Amino acid sequence: MNGIHDMGGMQDMGPIQIERNEPLFHANWERRIFALFNAVDFQWPALRFQIESIPPADYLRMSYYERWAAALGPLVTQAGMVTQAEIESGKPAGPASKKWHVLSAADIATWNIPDTHASAKPTAPARYHSGQRVRARNINPPSHTRLPRYARGKVGTIERDGDFAAVQDTDVLGPKQQHVYSVRFTARELWGARANPLDSVCVAIWEGYLEQA
Amino acid sequence: MTTTRRELLTAALTAAAGAGAASDPSRAQQHDHDHDHEHQGLPPDPALRVRALESILVAKGLVDPVALDALIDTYEHKVGPRNGARVVARAWTDGAFKQRLLTDGTAAVAEAGYGGDPMIVVQNTAKLHNLVVCTLCSCYPWSILGLPPVWYKSAAYRSRSVIDPRGVLREFGLELGDDVEVRVWDSTADLRYLVLPERPAGTEGMNEEQLAALVTRDAMVGVAKVTLPRKESHG
Repeated sequence: MNGIHDMGGMQDMGPIQIERNEPLFHANWERRIFALFNAVDFQWPALRFQIESIPPADYLRMSYYERWAAALGPLVTQAGMVTQAEIESGKPAGPASKKWHVLSAADIATWNIPDTHASAKPTAPARYHSGQRVRARNINPPSHTRLPRYARGKVGTIERDGDFAAVQDTDVLGPKQQHVYSVRFTARELWGARANPLDSVCVAIWEGYLEQA
Repeated sequence: MTTTRRELLTAALTAAAGAGAASDPSRAQQHDHDHDHEHQGLPPDPALRVRALESILVAKGLVDPVALDALIDTYEHKVGPRNGARVVARAWTDGAFKQRLLTDGTAAVAEAGYGGDPMIVVQNTAKLHNLVVCTLCSCYPWSILGLPPVWYKSAAYRSRSVIDPRGVLREFGLELGDDVEVRVWDSTADLRYLVLPERPAGTEGMNEEQLAALVTRDAMVGVAKVTLPRKESHG
């Protein structure tokens, strides 16, 4: 989705606010939503898409953890974990939609946290290799995508191959597990003649997002 | 679909706010403020919403409150930039480890005891400066740097790092010459990045532990260099 979250290349977002001796959390509810978001049985693509569905003006006004707090309610009700009535009353009214995995403290102690990149092995040979020129496809899906807008249609060079992972996308182009390449785009290819000729941006891109240049 | 999502969001937020307001009389004084927000589907107070969600998720057995506390404790006390600093210091003092780190960051970081994310380690030199960002969300190498600071998650940093990295670095107090190449790494996949900063001059006699103490989070994200602490007049 071409949402406000896909903000690489925007220029008028103000100065970077650097807080000296910044605490890890600024309020106790930030601790709780951080933990809840990590404990509920969803993968990051679903969590990210819910955050990206916050209307743009609200997204910009909210802090990072306010977005998490806003996203969690719709996520758990849409998935059937809890109902709106249950949130309102605070009392369970019926079983959840299915059996969900409940993260335990032991899982955390041993880092046994289910994730999307665990032990995937390529089943097909890589289509591209280091040094090759490729073009990022021009796609504008209405769903969650990991190909940033500023790279679409641009030509770059494979800086690194050999990575392989589950596509963190809700509208996967091709197989669910794909080769991942670090594609280096010159700053001039992305931003035009005013960019420093030495500079570049490396974007990690799944194979399905690429085509021959 | 967007309408449905918005309706759900609004409903959830209103409900949570209502539940919390009943137990917190001070909320009444903020009525006007809340009213403005409700028009836009926004929560009057995220603390109340989070509390309502945690209560019902725990009551239905969908999250374990002990696990929530363990997650918080892990990131507040066990995982943080000191992990990354130890990896950097070891790379500075052990050439073979450094080679492994640059060739296969995932394996070398795991070897150092901080496994978790698939990792690419990029090396800064006098002629090449690497900078890490996540323009789409705020991906960050939690297992070795802990949770990111607010500026890393801000619209200003996420938007501008890719188009004006030199301007961004200037805001952090780092001025790079035009002859230094700047390479920005956008964390768009599940790969995470660690910048291996240059070892500063004057640290030849230091051991690994002393070196690790010099390495900052900012240097490992690429918005700063590692420097020796300025000597105070009182020694």
